[in-house]
Amino acid sequence: MNGSHIATVYLKELKDSLRDRRTLLSTIVIPTLVMPLLFFAFGSVMLKMDQQARAETPTVMIIAGEDSPAVLARLRADAKIRIVPTTADWRQRISDKKIRAAVEIPASFEAGLGRGAAPSVTIYNYSGEAKSRLGVEQLERIFRELREATVEARLGERGVPLALTKPFETKRENVAPAEKVGGNLIGGFIPYIIIILCFTGAMYPAMDLTAGEKERGTMETLLCSPVARVNIVLGKFLMVLTASIATMVLSLVSMSVTFVAGGSYFAAKAAAAKGAAAGAATGAMISMIDPVGVIGVFAMVLPVAVFFSAVIFTVALFAKSYKEAQSYVAPMIFVVLLPAMIGMAPGIELSGRLALVPILNLSLVCKEMLSGVWHWHYIALIFGSSCVYAAAALALAVKMFSRESVIFRA
Amino acid sequence: MIEARHLTKTFRDKKRGEIYAANDISFRVQPGQIYGLLGANGAGKTTTLRLLATLLKPTSGSAVIAGFDVAAEPEKVRAHVGFLAASTALYGRLTAREMITYFGQLNGLAGAEIKLRIQRLADALDMHEFLDRRCEKFSTGMKQKTSIARTLIHDPAVMIFDEPTLGLDVMTARAIVRFVRECRDRGKTVIYSTHVMGEVEKLCDTIGIIHDGRLLAEGTLAELRARYGEQDLEEVFVKAVGGEGKK
Ligand SMILES: Nc1ncnc2c1ncn2[C@@H]1O[C@H](COP(=O)(O)OP(=O)(O)OP(=O)(O)O)[C@@H](O)[C@H]1O
Ligand SMILES: [Mg+2]
Repeated sequence: MNGSHIATVYLKELKDSLRDRRTLLSTIVIPTLVMPLLFFAFGSVMLKMDQQARAETPTVMIIAGEDSPAVLARLRADAKIRIVPTTADWRQRISDKKIRAAVEIPASFEAGLGRGAAPSVTIYNYSGEAKSRLGVEQLERIFRELREATVEARLGERGVPLALTKPFETKRENVAPAEKVGGNLIGGFIPYIIIILCFTGAMYPAMDLTAGEKERGTMETLLCSPVARVNIVLGKFLMVLTASIATMVLSLVSMSVTFVAGGSYFAAKAAAAKGAAAGAATGAMISMIDPVGVIGVFAMVLPVAVFFSAVIFTVALFAKSYKEAQSYVAPMIFVVLLPAMIGMAPGIELSGRLALVPILNLSLVCKEMLSGVWHWHYIALIFGSSCVYAAAALALAVKMFSRESVIFRA
Repeated sequence: MIEARHLTKTFRDKKRGEIYAANDISFRVQPGQIYGLLGANGAGKTTTLRLLATLLKPTSGSAVIAGFDVAAEPEKVRAHVGFLAASTALYGRLTAREMITYFGQLNGLAGAEIKLRIQRLADALDMHEFLDRRCEKFSTGMKQKTSIARTLIHDPAVMIFDEPTLGLDVMTARAIVRFVRECRDRGKTVIYSTHVMGEVEKLCDTIGIIHDGRLLAEGTLAELRARYGEQDLEEVFVKAVGGEGKK
């Protein structure tokens, strides 16, 4: 091994990659821009749809109820729904989203109320559809008000105090620290994103610096130099690692900025429109993440980035062309996604055995660290095992690079 | 100096089984001499030269280049060899100057020394006009000149050329041939592979005819002509490889 040779190779690869439009696009431009663009596009559409739905007064049909004129009048008088003339095909109309809901008032509903019977009102809706849900909410509100008024009236008749109907209350209170809440809510999601970014960031340069060089015929030129093979591999590998880490850091920074800035932007907009504030919730969640945990996550990710870079490098080395390398490397992303996804599932907790499963262990320990939990023995075990896997992968890359049957494949 | 001793290289191929790409090849080239390796497609020229440049390891046999054994000290061998082949391309996104500088650095030269040498090489090869342009936009001739400068930056004692005129026009090819001759005149040991008879006749001090991985005949042009009783090198070549029908 020779440090100055490694540095020479590394600096040349860095310069070369920075001039390559494809590398710049995949490691710098896309990771920086994709999150803000996605977030704002998605957020704007959601906000608009929500506002539209709220601005519209849900149309409702009333089925039967001719003998309950007071209820009908109450429904017709409500400003938040619009009653349309009843037609026979109301079911079809709900399905076709021509009207939002229909309400069926049983025969002699009002009369029954006076006698203390318990008739039931049926609300027909299109389950899972947001606009239909808004119609249902309004209908439920009207009938809830009606019920409360009825209860109050009956109690008044009998001279019973209103408090009798509510002998006690229940309420919830959160005891988890704020960062634990944030960690659990998006702590599963962040490691998942990091793992994917680490992998995709290493992918393009790993293929370009191996199969790409073979394809362009520069590999043989490079191998003519007196530099030992191991220094060439390490210089190239460091470039791949740099790209992997750069992609990850850039996307995380861009993601945080987007969430915080975009979160407050949408919160303000949503507040002006008095709607749901999904963005604000995410922004608040980010601020609930333990900042020390973030540093911990970076430290834990480092050996995994080395592992990914070395593995992709080795696999791409076998290919004779960039295209061939792509066909080998692209399916690997599923192998990576599976454990990362399992780690995101709620309820899976770190154990001695899971601490040795690559990728999954990272996902789990990051979740804990982000929520402020530090199980030092697990952290040591995971960091240690990740380093062992990374070293093994790197050794394999060096070994394969020295094999002429790999480099000069006919 | 180059000395090949019983160099043998076999490849495993799924369809063809074991291939002897180089089979028991022995020869010797002295400083100030050009050795021409003449052979048809697939004869084993590239394989033999790659063995000498330590890009491949011999299956058996050995070679000593500038005093170093190819198997024992491959890095030292490469430090004394300039290897130029049709398959050794340039980095398209680097300029000619950056490309040559990179190989100077890989050869352990200091920055000031590299600058000086590039200046001299650019003078000799008339490269100043495109020295700071990216290689990807070069014409074939400009690429070839840059490659030559790349092989010469560390002033190697041994030069290995694998069909360096392949795909070049007459003028560029002539320039290359002239340049190879200059290398010899400066006392370098040169080995040159080709299947073009004319180049061998003009250039080589000793000719080795290679076929199916075997070195079938060796000698000066005059010796070969006398041995096969033919004036035309092409006829000599056909007789040496055992007639036209045999492949
Ligand atoms: N890496 C390899 N794997 C398998 N077989 C190979 C490999 N390299 C060369 N060969 C085979 O070895 C034989 C000699 O090939 P080589 O490239 O040395 O010939 P050559 O004389 O340079 O031919 P050409 O004039 O076409 O360049 C051929 O049959 C070739 O198919
Ligand atoms: Mg060849």
